[in-house]
Formats: sequence, C-alpha cells, structure tokens
Amino acid sequence: MKRRDFIKLPGLAALGVAGGGLLSGCQSRPLPGSGEVTVTPTVCEICFWKCAGWVHAENGEPWKITGNAEDLHSGGRLCTRGSGGLGAYADRDRLRQPMLRVEEKGRQRFKPVSWEEALSFIAERMEQIGERHGRDRLALLSHGSGGGQFKRLLNAFGSHIFAQPSYAQCRGPRQVAFALTYGEDVGSPDRTDMANARCIALIGSHIGENLHNGQVQTLSEAIARDATLITVDPRFSVAAGKSRYWLPIGPGTDIALLLAWMHVLINEDLYDHRFVEQHTLGFEQLREHVQSFNPEWAWLETGLEPERIRATAHELGRHAPASLVHPGRHTTWYGDDTQRERAIAIVNALLGNWGQQGGFYRPEKVELPAYPAPKPAKPASDWKAAIQADHPLAPKGISHKVIEACIGDQAQVKGLFVYATNLPMTIPGIADKLNRAADDLELMVVVDTLPMEVTGYADVILPECSYLERHDDLRNSPEREPSLALRQPAFEPLHQSKPAWWMAKQLAERLGLGEYFPWQDYTEVLDWQLQQVGSSLEEMERIGVKTFPRKTGLYFSADDPPSFRTASGKVELYSQLLADYGYDPLPRYTPPQQPGEGYYRMLYGRAPAHTFGRTTNNPVLFELMPENHLWLHPITAADHGLKSGDYARMKNRVGVRGNPIRVRVTERVSPRDLFLAHGFGHKAGGLRLTDGVGGDDGEMMDNIKIDPITGSTGMRATFVTLEKA
Amino acid sequence: MSHYAMVIDTRLCIGCGDCVVACKSENRTPTGLNRDWVVEQTRGRYPDLTTEFRSERCNHCSHATCVLCCPTGASHHWQGSNIVLVDADRCTGCKACIAACPYDARYITPEGYIDKCTFCHHRVAKGLDPACVATCPTHCMHFGDLDQASSRVAELLGKRDYKTLLSGTGNRPNVYYLT
Repeated sequence: MKRRDFIKLPGLAALGVAGGGLLSGCQSRPLPGSGEVTVTPTVCEICFWKCAGWVHAENGEPWKITGNAEDLHSGGRLCTRGSGGLGAYADRDRLRQPMLRVEEKGRQRFKPVSWEEALSFIAERMEQIGERHGRDRLALLSHGSGGGQFKRLLNAFGSHIFAQPSYAQCRGPRQVAFALTYGEDVGSPDRTDMANARCIALIGSHIGENLHNGQVQTLSEAIARDATLITVDPRFSVAAGKSRYWLPIGPGTDIALLLAWMHVLINEDLYDHRFVEQHTLGFEQLREHVQSFNPEWAWLETGLEPERIRATAHELGRHAPASLVHPGRHTTWYGDDTQRERAIAIVNALLGNWGQQGGFYRPEKVELPAYPAPKPAKPASDWKAAIQADHPLAPKGISHKVIEACIGDQAQVKGLFVYATNLPMTIPGIADKLNRAADDLELMVVVDTLPMEVTGYADVILPECSYLERHDDLRNSPEREPSLALRQPAFEPLHQSKPAWWMAKQLAERLGLGEYFPWQDYTEVLDWQLQQVGSSLEEMERIGVKTFPRKTGLYFSADDPPSFRTASGKVELYSQLLADYGYDPLPRYTPPQQPGEGYYRMLYGRAPAHTFGRTTNNPVLFELMPENHLWLHPITAADHGLKSGDYARMKNRVGVRGNPIRVRVTERVSPRDLFLAHGFGHKAGGLRLTDGVGGDDGEMMDNIKIDPITGSTGMRATFVTLEKA
Repeated sequence: MSHYAMVIDTRLCIGCGDCVVACKSENRTPTGLNRDWVVEQTRGRYPDLTTEFRSERCNHCSHATCVLCCPTGASHHWQGSNIVLVDADRCTGCKACIAACPYDARYITPEGYIDKCTFCHHRVAKGLDPACVATCPTHCMHFGDLDQASSRVAELLGKRDYKTLLSGTGNRPNVYYLT
C-alpha cells in the first residue's frame, strides 16, 4: 500500500478535483493508469446500500473508485455517488481536530483541543451524569457504519436509548407493516426480485432518482426484458418515464388505489387461491372490507380513470407470482403510512409472491460470530416506555422522541451522542426542540466527518476519518447469496481524524470499560471473525468480497414451504394485533388534507447525484449537481411570473421563508404540486461549497403527520406559497 | 482497422450522471470541464409525457470535421480507427476544431490545449470498455467494434431502432442511441 507516501503530499485536499496546474505548457498528461497503480478494497459509505469496490491510487495519489465485480450489491458498478466517493476524502472542509465548546451553548465557538482533552472531558461528563441521574440516561442517535461502536460503548456504560432517523423519518412504516403482515421486514437490501419480475408497481418510489444500486440495476434488467412497469406518482418521475403505465395519482390517495386493486383482484378472481388458503389469515374479512372500494369509487379519490385502475390490477394479477408491488423505502408521507404499507403487503399476499421468483426472494446472510468480549448487561430500565409509550408497537427508537426526551429538568436523556446524522436537516421541524435540548443536556457529543448543522449544538466535536481511511465492521447484509465485504483504509487519516472504533475504545478505557473493547487494533476483530468462517483478513484484503453458499433455497417450494413469525404463524391480512391496540385491522383510506387556495403541496425526493445533505459539499458531486431546483408546472410559473433560471422562495403557512432556490419550469410536475430534491440549503457555515446554496424542504415542514402506529413523521402535508427572490 | 461505436439504450438510461463522474475520475478532467454530459428532453403536456435521457460526448466521427480542419495535425484518428484524439504536443489551442465540431464536445484545458472524450482509448487498448460504459448502473451503454458482426454493438444496431445526433452533417457519428 502507498498510504504513507500520501499523507506527506501538500495540498492533498485538492486531489481528484484539480489535477491541473501541476503541468505546464501544452504537454499532454500521461495516460491514466500508466503509473504505479495500487488497489484497496472498500465498502462505500456514501449511502446505506454499502456497495463493495476498489480504491485505485496511481503513484500514491487517489485516482478513482470502481465496483467489485463479485459484489451482489453493485454488480461491479458503483453509482454516481459511489463513483464520486473520493470527494468525501478530498473535501477541504472536513473536521480536522477535536473541538470543545468554550462559550455558552447555542453559539458555534469551538476551541481546537487534543484528543486527550476531548476524550477526558466526555468521560468525566459521562461519569457525572451517571452519578447525578443514573447510568441509563445517555442516548445515541446514529446513521452509518461506525454507530455500532458508540452503541457498544453506551450499552457497556449502562445506557440503551438508541434511535436512527432511518426508522422514523424513512423506512419505519414499511418495516412495521411487513412485520405485522409477514412477521418480518423487507430488509436491506430490499428483497425484491425485480430482475425476474414480469410486472412491477412502484408506489411513489422513484428508483432511478434514488440510486440504491441493486434496485436500479434489477429494475433496469426488468425494463430491458420488457416487464410491465406501473409507476404511481403525482410527478412524472424518471421511473414513470420508463413505465408502460404511469398513474398520475392525486397526492396522498394511494391507499384508495390499493384498495381498488384488492377489490379487482378478489372480485375478478385474480388472486392466488393456493397461497391465500394455505398461508393467510383474514381473507374473508378483507373480501368484505374491499367490496365498496371499486375502481369507480377510487376514481373520485385518486383522479385515476377506472379503466386504468382495472388494467393495472389485471397486469399485476396476470403475471403473479412474478409480479410485485414495491414496498418503497422512504415511506413517511401522510401519517397513515403504516396502513398504506399494510395495503401494499396485502396486495402482494394476494399475488402470492412471497418467496417466489419475480416476487420477494429469501435473503440470506453469513452466520458470523461476534468477537469474544463481555456482553454489556441488559437495560436497567424500559426506556421505550419512558419516552415513546404512545407508540407501543414501534419496534425501534423514535428519533424525534429521543430529542424531546432531552428537554426539561426532569428529562430522561441527560447526555446525547450523535453519530454521523445531521439532525436539523433530517428530522422535520426539529430546530426549536434541538435548541431546547441542547440547552438542557449536560453533554452533547457529535461525531462526524464534516461540520454539519448539528455540530453547532455540540459540547464536543469528534472528527471521524472518511470511509476511505478506516476499518469498520464487515459488511454482512442479507442478499441472494450470503457474502462478506471488507472496508480497508486506502489512505492514512487526514488531519487528526480517527475511526469510530478507536474513539469508542479510548472512551471506554477512560471509563474503566476497556474490557468491552479487548483489541488493540480493529483488524484483530475482523481477522478473528473471518477465521471463524474459513477466511482471513489477508484473503479479504486481496479479494474484498467473499461469497458463501446458501443454506436454504432462494425461493420457497412445495417441499420447502414458508413459515411466518406472526402471532398466528400466517400472513395476517387482518391484523388482530392492530385491532387489539385500537388501530384499524384492515387498511382504511383517509382523504388527505388539501393545500387550499393559493398553496401548493411541496413534494420532495432524491437526486441521483447526492445522498441528501451528506454529499452536497463533496467537490466531485457538487460539480455534477451544485444546487437543487424547484420544479414548477408552466401554469404555476406563469402565475408567479417565474421562468426557468429565476430564483424563488417558498413560504409556508406559519410564515417560514426558505432560501432562494432556482426555478425549473417543467411539465413533469402537476400544477398543484412543487418538487425539489432534499439535502440542499445548508446553513452550517463551514461547508464552503454548499452553504446557502439551494432550498431546504425540511425547514418548510410545519404540518407533520405523525403515524400513530410507528410514531414516524409524515412529511408530505407541507403547503407553501411562492415569492420571487 | 476498427470501427468503434458506442450504443446507448435510451429506454434504460435514467440520466443519473454516473458516466460523467466515472469519466471525470478516470481521466482526471479539470474542475468545471467534462468530456461527457447528460441531456434530458421532455416532450408533451402533463400528464401525457415522454422523457429521453441521453449521455452525450464526442461522436468519434468517421468523417470528422475537427480532424479535417486542424491546421497542425494535432486532431487525428487513433491508429487508423475512428477514435478521434488530440495530440497535446502539437495542439496550439487555435480552437478551429471547437468551431468545427457539431457536438460541442471539445474544450480548452487550463494548460492551453484542446481536450475531449477519447473513448478511453487507454482502456480500449487493454481490451476494457470506456470508464462510462463500465460503470453505468443501468447497463444502458455498450461499446465495441461495429466491423465485428458478433459484437454486442453490431447486434444491437441490427435488431433495434436507433438514431444518431445531427446525422445530416455528413460527419458519420459513431455514438448511437437506441430508441
């Protein structure tokens, strides 16, 4: 490896973005790859999909990242963001050294300090909180590979309060709905067998703009094989443009469509009798429930012609079981999201596609033993009962509830660790609560690679090195074939940044908890684990990805029938559990709140160039997409005297005015809606490329619809007006 | 002599820009300058719409006006193939080729010479696909020798409808878009 040469080079931050200037005159540069090339295995951290790839360096300088051909997540092809991963390393605005707040809270006055000073400060405060309030009063909010290290640390200390915004701000409704119906979650990567599907329906899921790599690749494969694609979306998404049927549905009326699909599948006898009889519970109640929801009824709710609703139901039924309604990923929209996801789960059950080719496959992961170390004791208190008792069916911590639990003298949470999640741009409408929480917390630690909005609230900032400079746990995600992937440092950490495993271990030792981290270097853990499954660190450093044989079939069969971990052991079309807790046992349609005169519904989504606000300062990806655009229908634009390229501001119903955002006039959005990509409009002050650029949908959200079942935040009831900027 | 072509399936292209980023890394193009780019073309009125995404670049024309007009011979066809390269040592930066290119595929580097897509000839020489083709997550891009009847590009053009951009110029472009 050439890592050591590398750190000595001055001006490293500009590498990969400005190769020029080193040469003079009109002499051509050497051809790429003609120098000494080294490759290091990596697992991408630009999004949670975690594709495996290779980091290439030429003559010791970062060159490029490519996919690992053995990797099922990526098929050897990284996406736009993964290909731009070197920008995460080269970002000149990275956090460089630990920092300690020295002025009063709320102001971003940080003093650079040594690791020793920062870690000792944190350890002392933790002990203090333990003595004053109890050792169970620390919480962790986390998103990303190193979060597990801090979770282990807090668990060893005695605190178990833990949440990921990826639950309550993203996949929660899907997770809960599928668990209620099938007894297990869809999982990640999504177990959709799209490559083999003959018909796929996307409900508001904009695959192609979201670049979840394996999803994009398998959907593309389906399109190439002429599978029928049905896209349900008020906006003409990229996927809509690839679809045989685009259903430009009225926002928030998806459940009406899904009920009508059930109506047609049942009443026209297009459902899978064998699957329904053998494996489901509550079919008769479902049949009765959907009788009044015919396509004509749904027409009035959704704006979709009955013939189109029937035709698409027929397509779904005709191709079953190689036919699926995609569960989506970001599913926190209107507050009845668990019910919508339940409806999706039920349509799939009628198609009989669970564990079937072209439906949902059976994912399998590697049985990887944990490194021998003491297990932290079980929680001393029921923290979920203390902070989120109003959502008893929520299986995970609810991020905004954790923040609320930091507020007040009697707050449950006295110390908060935030690992790699930028709360102000992640949780809608959280800014005020976060301010109050920061005032009341006795300790707030932020671990990140970049100065984000959340770092401004911290007492201590710990700079983590980028994924290209560190080891993390082995990737062991459930897939078509079990596989492990290794992330290895391609470069020495820049500045004083450190990996999460090192920080957690250092803190543990200062707290007298070193026994829970019995390794000098994390490679010991990785090598030991790999040895247990017949591999080694040495082997993985060469190959990056290792695939293991399956122990079960990829699909179920008559000899190998499915089992379901629900209370009844069946697929629960009718959910007694929901009924017992006072929720609708069968999906119920609630008409969505409408914007009202002069207002538009603000829709938001992903752009393929970015992973939200985490990459907008990445110099490579910034160049591809420096700002987001506010999509306006031509009628909307004309009404406001706006044209493409102008800047406008959104203003919500409580008077919040957003950043100026550049207008894009397009027919791809309806006259009643606006659309923008999420992740822009940073205000942190330390992100020199992206600060103040573009609009932030999150700050406009004033009308959050909490899902009573999951506790998740529905974000598509935001209504705004427009002003010329 | 090889007749290299790129065949891009617009039915599959999602306009994600991975080709642009992969090219930028592979070829270390200067900030703000790119050898390839993505065009989105939407037609119709809501809700009767079509969108076409196209990954565009130098068309490596068989009858390349940029090569014909170059006063120093810097712009040339590589090894007798249709891959158009610029020899930086011979380029004076006069920009005649920029004016002559119908596709606006060329730019001037900070060092003063003209640069453009090379079809990654340094990879082609090793039997690899260009970086953009190798990374495309939708598998919508294909590269190969049209003179080889068994090549994927020849096969695709044999069975699918396709178009080229500005086909009326007489330049005989070699980037094909399946429709």
